[in-house]
Amino acid sequence: MHSYGYRANAVLTFSLTLLAVMCAMASLSDNRNSPSPSAHVQLRSLILNVTSFHRLSLYVVSMAMNISADLQSLFTWNTKQVFVFLAAEYRTPKHSLNQISLWDGIIPSKEHAKFWIHTSNKYRFIDQGSNLRGKEFNLTMHWHVMPKTGKMFADKIVMPGYRLPEEYR
Amino acid sequence: MDWQGQKLAEQLMQIMLLSFAVIAFASGYVMASFQMMILIYAAGVVLTTLLTVPNWPFFNRHPLTWLDPSEVEKHPKPQPSANVTQKKKPVKK
Repeated sequence: MHSYGYRANAVLTFSLTLLAVMCAMASLSDNRNSPSPSAHVQLRSLILNVTSFHRLSLYVVSMAMNISADLQSLFTWNTKQVFVFLAAEYRTPKHSLNQISLWDGIIPSKEHAKFWIHTSNKYRFIDQGSNLRGKEFNLTMHWHVMPKTGKMFADKIVMPGYRLPEEYR
Repeated sequence: MDWQGQKLAEQLMQIMLLSFAVIAFASGYVMASFQMMILIYAAGVVLTTLLTVPNWPFFNRHPLTWLDPSEVEKHPKPQPSANVTQKKKPVKK
């Protein structure tokens, strides 16, 4: 403690160490939050089309849907934003789990976390061959709670019971 | 700064920073505002720096008692003796 530089260095390093401890505690406090989110998707229209790409036949689904969710309980004081995406999941003979993302969004604050939107699928719902004909699928809403500091939490809600049409247009 | 002052500076710095960290975290948690925690802590760090880094007079209340110059002349520094310049010859095997 005998010089300016020595004392300035001591203040800097000790203050940064304490800042790291505070951020760790803030992240740990997120574990005390027990969220109760809800989500519901209503399909307004579901149309199966066939295209081909380099002699591969591809089935494309275009869908219009109402997505409603209440994700307000996910937010804590240490939450920067919540990334949410809707995925379709189905089973094929070749693979037991196929997942494809249909829509995503970023929720910047708690006020925006309770929403109802009418949208078409943002990303193409597409598969090779005739896998999608009459296929039963789940719509799963996934979310990532991104913190201001510390651990990111991810979870999902599975909504089963959707089915693709047998015939294509 | 004298020795007591240095000890005081170190203790003051540690206690101030620790208290501000505790106060900042508690306020941020209660007010559910991460920004409030950071602002309070930043203010605390600046205050601590202003109080402990510069050489304030209250850090120099127990100054070191240096020997008076007239006293120094009465007691000359001891000179090195002639024996020290002799070197031991290395033993060859």
